[in-house]
Amino acid sequence: MSGTYNYGYLDESTKRMIRRTILKAIAIPGYQVPFGGREMPMPYGWGTGGIQLTATLISPEDTLKVIDQGADDTTNAVSIRQFFCKVANAKTTEVTADATIIQTRHRIPETPLTEDQILVYQVPIPEPMRFIEPSEVETKTMHALEEYGVMRVKLYEDIARFGQIATSYDYPVIVNDRYLTNPSPIPKFDNPKMHMNPALQLFGAGREKRIHAIPPYTKVESLDFDDHPFEIQQWDESCAICGCQDSFLDEVVIDEEGNRTFICSDTDYCRLNLEKQGKESVDFVAFQKQQSGAE
Amino acid sequence: MLHLDEKPILEVKDVSKLYAENKGCQQVSFELYAGEVLGIVGESGSGKSTLLKLLSGQLASDNGEVLYIDREANLHSLFEMPISDQRKLLRTEWGVVHQHPSDGLRMNISAGGNIGERLMAIGERHYGDIREESIEWMASVELAADRVDDKPSQFSGGMQQRLQIAKNLVTKPRLVFMDEPTGGLDVSVQAKFLDLLRRLVIELKVAVIFVTHDLGVARLLADRLLVMRHSQVVEQGLTDQILDDPQHAYTQLLVSSIVR
Amino acid sequence: MEMISAKNVSKTFVLHNQNGVELPVLHRAALSVNAGECVILHGHSGSGKSTFLRSLYGNYKIDSGAICIRYGEQDNERIDLVKATPRQIVQLRQQTLGYVSQFLSVIPRVSAIDVVMEPLLSKGVSYEECYQKAAHLLTRLNVPEHLWQLAPATFSGGEQQRVNIARGFIMDYPILLLDEPTASLDKTNSEVVIDLIQQAKNKGAAIVGIFHDSYAREAVADRLHTMNSKEV
Repeated sequence: MSGTYNYGYLDESTKRMIRRTILKAIAIPGYQVPFGGREMPMPYGWGTGGIQLTATLISPEDTLKVIDQGADDTTNAVSIRQFFCKVANAKTTEVTADATIIQTRHRIPETPLTEDQILVYQVPIPEPMRFIEPSEVETKTMHALEEYGVMRVKLYEDIARFGQIATSYDYPVIVNDRYLTNPSPIPKFDNPKMHMNPALQLFGAGREKRIHAIPPYTKVESLDFDDHPFEIQQWDESCAICGCQDSFLDEVVIDEEGNRTFICSDTDYCRLNLEKQGKESVDFVAFQKQQSGAE
Repeated sequence: MLHLDEKPILEVKDVSKLYAENKGCQQVSFELYAGEVLGIVGESGSGKSTLLKLLSGQLASDNGEVLYIDREANLHSLFEMPISDQRKLLRTEWGVVHQHPSDGLRMNISAGGNIGERLMAIGERHYGDIREESIEWMASVELAADRVDDKPSQFSGGMQQRLQIAKNLVTKPRLVFMDEPTGGLDVSVQAKFLDLLRRLVIELKVAVIFVTHDLGVARLLADRLLVMRHSQVVEQGLTDQILDDPQHAYTQLLVSSIVR
Repeated sequence: MEMISAKNVSKTFVLHNQNGVELPVLHRAALSVNAGECVILHGHSGSGKSTFLRSLYGNYKIDSGAICIRYGEQDNERIDLVKATPRQIVQLRQQTLGYVSQFLSVIPRVSAIDVVMEPLLSKGVSYEECYQKAAHLLTRLNVPEHLWQLAPATFSGGEQQRVNIARGFIMDYPILLLDEPTASLDKTNSEVVIDLIQQAKNKGAAIVGIFHDSYAREAVADRLHTMNSKEV
C-alpha cells in the first residue's frame, strides 16, 4: 500500500460521515440522503459515488468484486479494482459468491446474493423525476408528499406513443411502499432482483452527492399499469458460450463482416455455468477468433 | 322551500395580505355556497389576483382565516392545515385554472396525459380506463378525441384553456378558482369559452371564484360580485344588482365605463 | 294569500361621479299583491314604475322600507328582500320570483331554445322535459322551429322578446314580474301573452306588470296601482 494515502483513500472523519449517511439511508429505504461528497482522483461520471461507498466500507477482511456492464474485465472495472488494491491493499475476486462487497455499474449479478454481501451501485442521476421536473425544490416536495403522479404520466406517455412502456433501463421503482427511487441504469431485466434481496443494496451518486439504500428483504415494486404490467426482457437466443437461457444477454459483433452472437453479460455467471457443465472457462477474445475462424 | 339554514362551503373571514399600503388585499370577508359563482372584479392593482392566490392556497396571508367544508363535511382551516393536505385538496376537491395555460398544463405531455395525471395521482391504475376518461372529458370541453395524443403546444390558445378546464374537472371538484380565464383569448374565442364554462357550471354544480377585469364576463358568469379597489372590497352583492344599481362611487365609475 | 307586501319603499339614486346628483324616484311606495291577482303599475314616465318593479326583484336596492315576499304556505314563510342575503335572493329567484324584462339580454352562442330551457334545467329537471316545454311555448309564441337552434342575436326585436317571454313562463312562478312584455309584439302575439298571463293567474300566480299597451293592460289587469311621484 502506498504510504501517502489513508486506508481506503478517504480520511477517517469522511468515512464516518458517509457511514452516518448510509445508516440514515437504510433507515429510510429509497430516500435520497445528501452527503458531503469528496473530490476523488477520477472525474464525475466515472463512478465516484460508488467508489466513496466502497472506500468507506472496505476493511482488510473484505473481498471486493468490481463489474461494469456485468463484466469484470472491462476498463472501468479493472481501473477501480486496481485503485482499491493501491489504497486498501484489497483482496479482490471475480467470483460473485466469494465477494463481500460488489461494486457495479449498470447490472446486478445473476448469481443470487447472500446476507453477508453488500452491493454498491454507481448512480449518475439519483432523482427519478428529474427529466420531467427540473426543480430540485419541487422534486423534494413531491417526495415528501408522495406525489408521484407525474412518474406514471411518463409511463402513460410511453404507452400512448409506442404502445408499450418504452423504458428498458433505469426503470422506476417504489421502495418499501413509500419512496420512488431510481434504481440506477440497470436493465429492467434486473429490477426483480432488487426485491427481497438478502444483501444490502447501496446507491452512490458522486456528482449529485446523494446516497440511497435498499435494506435486505425490502419490498421493491416496478411501476406499471393494471393492463400493462411490468415485464422483463426475453431473448429467443441463448448464450453462445454456456448455453444458458435465463441470463441477460449482450449482443456482440464477432467479426468484421458484422456477424453477431449473444453471450451472457455477467461473465462470472457464464463461467459458473461452464464449470457446472464440466467445461473449461473461455476467454472472450479467443471465443471471437474461434467464431470468426469457423465462418 | 328556501334553504334558510344552508351552510356555505367556503367562509372567508377578514383575510389580509398587504405588500405595501393599499397594495394587496385587506379585510376581505364573504361566504360561498355550493354551485355559486362569485366574480371578483376590479382594475389592475386592485388586489383581486392577490386575493385569489390567497384563497387557493398559493400565498400565505397576514391574518384572517379561510374555512372550507369538504365533501365529507369535514371543516378545514386553509391557513392552518398541513401543506400536504392543502396540496391534496388542490388535486381533488379544488381546481385552479390559470390565466396562462402554460402555467396550468405540462406543455410537453400529451393532452391525454395532462388530463390523466390527476386520475393517476388519486390511484387509478388502468391505462385503458384512464385514456377513455380523458377522451370523455376532452369531448365535454369540445376537444376532438383524435387529439388526445397531441401536445398542448400544438393547440390554439382557446383549446389550451379548454384543456386546462378539463384537467381540473376530472376529479369533479366542488370549487374552482380562475384567474382571468378569458384573459389571453381572442374575442371570438371568448364567447365559445364562456359558453362552455356556463354550461359546465350549471351541469356539474361546481362553485367558482373567478377574477376578471371584464364586467361583461362578470355579468355572464357570476351570481355574485365583489368589487375591489386599492386592496379593499368596496361593494359586494348580486351581480345584476351591482351592475344595474351600483351604490358605491367607484362601482358606478366602473359600470359607466363599459362601452355598450 | 298575500304574496307581495311592500311598505314604505323609498329610493334615491345618487350619481357620485356627477357631482353627487340625487334623483329621488320612490318615496314611501307601498304595494300588496295576492295570489291569483294581476296588479298593473300605473303612472307617467319617470314615476318610478320600472324602479319599483326591479326593486321587487332585488335588482335594485332600496334605501328604506320593506319588501316581503312569500315563498311558502306557512305563515312564517316570508322573507324581506332588504334583509335577505344575496344567496337567499338567488334561491327566491329560482323558485318563487320570475321576471320578464323588456329586452332579451343576449348571450352569444346560446341557442334560443337553450335560453328558454335554462331556468328549468338549473333546477334539475330532465333535459327532455325542459325541451318539450320550451318547444311548446316557442310554438305558442309563433317562433318558427327553424330558429330554435340559432342564437337570438340575429333575431328581430319581436322575436327576441318572444324568446324572453317563453323563458319567463317556462316555470310556474308563484310571483311574476313583467316589464312591458308586449311592447314589441303585434296583436296576434300579444294575445298569446295575454293568454299566458291568464293561465298563470288561474294557477294562482301573483302578477305585477307594467303595460303601456292599453289593450293588453285592460285584458289582464285586476287592478291598477298608481305610482304617485308627487307623494311626499
